[in-house]
Amino acid sequence: MAKTTAEHHGFPWKHLIGFVLSIVLTLFALWVALYTDLSVTWILIIIFGFAILQAALQLLMFMHVTENSTSSNLTSRVQIGNILFAAFVAIVIVIGSVWVLTAGHAKHDKHDEPKTENHGGSHDSEEHGSH
Amino acid sequence: MAHAETHDPNTPLEYRSEIGRLNILGFWIFLGAEIALFATLFATYMVLTPRIADGPALGELFEVKSLLIQTFLLLTSSFTCGLAVHEMRRHNVKGLITWMVVTLGLGLGFLYFEIQEFLHFIHEGANIGTSAAWSGFFVLVGTHGAHVTFGIFWVTMVLIQVAKRGLTPATSAKVFITSLYWHFLDVVWIFIFTAVYLMGMVMHHG
Repeated sequence: MAKTTAEHHGFPWKHLIGFVLSIVLTLFALWVALYTDLSVTWILIIIFGFAILQAALQLLMFMHVTENSTSSNLTSRVQIGNILFAAFVAIVIVIGSVWVLTAGHAKHDKHDEPKTENHGGSHDSEEHGSH
Repeated sequence: MAHAETHDPNTPLEYRSEIGRLNILGFWIFLGAEIALFATLFATYMVLTPRIADGPALGELFEVKSLLIQTFLLLTSSFTCGLAVHEMRRHNVKGLITWMVVTLGLGLGFLYFEIQEFLHFIHEGANIGTSAAWSGFFVLVGTHGAHVTFGIFWVTMVLIQVAKRGLTPATSAKVFITSLYWHFLDVVWIFIFTAVYLMGMVMHHG
């Protein structure tokens, strides 16, 4: 798969498709977030799913992350591996921090109240923060 | 798939020199570090979101109109930046410069609306010292804005070099690297759009 060659001469379809899909994903995420009656958990799952999809679009359609600078596939493998690793680090940092720090607060807050051991089910887990 | 190392006539200019190839690969690795940097700022922001002290809640001040203007300006600039590289690969210097200038204009427009929005927030009583939540907001979104500002200067200087020296393996590698940087800023904005603005409004209203 010599990806560096060809496809640079005609009409930039790849860019146009990436652009249109990005607009659609942006508007759809906005609509889901503000104008639907889904639960907060579902809204968050959907909009973050769209964000990841749109980031992948940018990487593939605009940034040519799969492109190789040599005829072996080494450079694209390094590029993709590096970005995936960075995404993994980012997810660990963000989810890990939120989990460790806000879960701790929630538990701490509960000590102040009279003992009502209410776990609330998985659906309300985002609501801890609103105090 | 023979191992013809270089100089397939179809190989884009920016990949023709060893140093161009290494710089591009190195820049991809730098972007990995940038992802980690922004991840720490996102983590800080998301942990501090509920800590609003006596100030307004984050979602209370966010406005859809301003958000959409900024988002579309930056998204379109990422698209036109891609078109600029597309033109570069057809060895069309004029097309490259034209689309890059459009990109810079859209980037400046983005900054204008972002600064307007920051001023609006400050006017409404939310500045960087108001609460932990707003500190997190201004540091995260401000770091992105600072990256865009830096990008505008960088792209401008690379364009001046292209205008002076024409497209060479060296200048085209520089253009390609700035394009990666610019697209990356749009990727970060997608997550600011989602994690800061949409989530802020959902948490506030829902």
